[in-house]
Amino acid sequence: MALTAQQIPRWFSSIRLNSFITATQLGNHFQRPGKTLLRGFSAQPQMSSHNCFLQWGFKTYRTSSIWNNSSQSTKQEINSAESTVLPSVNEQPQKIPNFDSELSLEGLDDVPPLSPLQPISEEEAVQIIAAPPLPPASFTLRDYVDHSETLQKLVLLGVNLSKIEKHPDAANLLLRLDFEKDIKQLLLFLKDLGIEDNQLGTFLTKNYAIFSEDLENLKTRVAYLQSKNFSKADIAQMVRNAPFLLNFSVERLDNRLGFFQKELELSVKKTRDLVVRLPRLLTGSLEPVKENMKVYRLELGFKHNEIQHMITKIPKMLTANKRKLTEIFDYVHNVMSVPHHIIVRFPQVFNTRLFKVKERHLFLTYLGRAQYDPAKPNYISLDRLVSMPDEIFCEEIAKASVQDFERFLKTL
Amino acid sequence: MGSASLARLNGVFAAYKPPGLHWKHLRDTVELQLLKGLNAGKPRAPEQRVRFLLGRVEGSEEKELSLTATSVPTLTNHPLVCGPAFTSLKVGVGHRLDVRASGVLVLGVGHGRSLLTDMYNAHLTKDYTVRGLLGKATDDFCEDGRLVEKTTYDHVTREQLDRVLALIQGSHQKALVMHSSLDLQTQEAYEMAVRGLIRPMSKSPMLIAGIRCLHFAPPEFLLEVQCMHETQKHLRRLVHEIGLELKTTAVCTRVQRTRDGFFTLDDALLRTQWDLHSIQDAIRAAGPRVAAELEKSLSLGLGPQQPPGAGPQWDGEGPGSAFNGRTLGEAAGG
Repeated sequence: MALTAQQIPRWFSSIRLNSFITATQLGNHFQRPGKTLLRGFSAQPQMSSHNCFLQWGFKTYRTSSIWNNSSQSTKQEINSAESTVLPSVNEQPQKIPNFDSELSLEGLDDVPPLSPLQPISEEEAVQIIAAPPLPPASFTLRDYVDHSETLQKLVLLGVNLSKIEKHPDAANLLLRLDFEKDIKQLLLFLKDLGIEDNQLGTFLTKNYAIFSEDLENLKTRVAYLQSKNFSKADIAQMVRNAPFLLNFSVERLDNRLGFFQKELELSVKKTRDLVVRLPRLLTGSLEPVKENMKVYRLELGFKHNEIQHMITKIPKMLTANKRKLTEIFDYVHNVMSVPHHIIVRFPQVFNTRLFKVKERHLFLTYLGRAQYDPAKPNYISLDRLVSMPDEIFCEEIAKASVQDFERFLKTL
Repeated sequence: MGSASLARLNGVFAAYKPPGLHWKHLRDTVELQLLKGLNAGKPRAPEQRVRFLLGRVEGSEEKELSLTATSVPTLTNHPLVCGPAFTSLKVGVGHRLDVRASGVLVLGVGHGRSLLTDMYNAHLTKDYTVRGLLGKATDDFCEDGRLVEKTTYDHVTREQLDRVLALIQGSHQKALVMHSSLDLQTQEAYEMAVRGLIRPMSKSPMLIAGIRCLHFAPPEFLLEVQCMHETQKHLRRLVHEIGLELKTTAVCTRVQRTRDGFFTLDDALLRTQWDLHSIQDAIRAAGPRVAAELEKSLSLGLGPQQPPGAGPQWDGEGPGSAFNGRTLGEAAGG
């Protein structure tokens, strides 16, 4: 009974001596291993026929120029990647495809395998698959990527497997998923939401947990956001910038939105704009936000309406590092002598690095141009001081050359 | 290609450390920037592997099964599967600078780190610019330390300061000769001492080769110090002691290293220049100079590790009877 090309690769991964079986026993054996394998793993590597190889590589989801049809020089990379990881090497958490466990038990009551020295016909010899086995457990997805269509399609989408393999549960899940059945629905859902093809890769890399979410739940959460008057484009932007957003339950999202509304006492529309601009407010922890609000009010001495104004302009201030905030404020207010009401007009200073503010201020003082009072002539506004790149700062504000600035920096 | 860029990244270069930045932080930032530059290079070409596939092939008479070798693309070495090509680089630091000091900091990358050891063993001098403030004394000799004492300083004149500095230089000159473990009874040693070119080639306490006042405007004064085996804290304590000698008190406001061996402020890279290409250019520019200086150091005499007897025999004390003196001006002048 001849084997079809279809059946062979399905069990090519079994390491057993059963591989050296003659044609007479082929019929019995193939039915059984074939069936157990199908039971053992639901969505296993489906290298059905060699036609498959020539097709999948070139129909890509992303316009990657790496994969093209040109004939490359053949490198003798004969399965070196597959055989490098031995099962004994694994000290780190392992991924276990476990497609071999059932096989060994079934084969015990069969006819014992023939000796390898028995002569067999050419045709049978050609049909023996002696490929090195896949490692049963590994710490990297590199070993399985060539045998799993799911993984290959994910890589072509742009998902960074090297980051996902650091989380063994997620990697195990990915190995067992079937692209057609599970992942495709999710991708279509995300595309409906408004995420572009080339952004799917980064999204899935960050939020690999979405594969274990129920599609119905995701749809409910999107409906909830729409009921709160977030437009479709807004929701797409939020999901893009904070990939974990849709993993949060409706109650949690509700609580978060309520917290921000109460804490900041902004109008509904302004809260909505704030959340759309910085959606990680909804996914991150609330403790830093509460602490930062206290810092602004008590330590730095801003009034509530001033804080509201600054936050609507630069939402990132809510989640900034407390120590950096106090250092910058200390320098700007005490050393540069900029009063509160001017700092409120330019909250960008809180978003810059301290060394940048220091260097530029010292340079301007050296040149005698450090004038931050709008009432006096030659006034330099804080946003122009910090937000401009070096060349424009030197030319327009300091009216010196970049070489002078560098020479000055070397005297600090 | 990545490997060619990496090959160009073996050597020493100087970076400018601004005040307020820990040297370790600087080293880490440089390493991250270099890795970013290396990983941003041209990606590898997609690889293929050979698979032997079973198929029906038109034989001589009838169709028969046989294996055909096909080259199929493989994703095993795709960057998205195995991660970035470069994940760490070995960057070493030469003589360190503490957080409040600034100036030239020598870094070595890859194989250049052994040059750092050679530079250390060459025991070259370093130049510092030290700014002091009369009238205060603090516990850590810095301006923002806890105040211990306040004094008047009207009586201090430029001549008094110069006299104190000359005194310091003289005593350190004697110490230089003493620590170099050179037998002064010989003619060669005498000639070198006359020219003032002796310095120790092994561990010794801080030694000042030269000190002078660049600028004196009470309460501020600016000193230029050439020293070896120092730490910045020693220099601040030196300022404090100068104040005491002048019958007043002084704190140190700024310590800046202007020269480390043969790297000067002009060679030092600023923060905006800490990227792959600037560092590669700096390494290439500094390469021949470093090689020349180190060869000169080795040829002039023997280092502390080399076996005695290779040079002229001295009967001096100190580790072994090797000739430990070294010409100051040639190697240090740069």
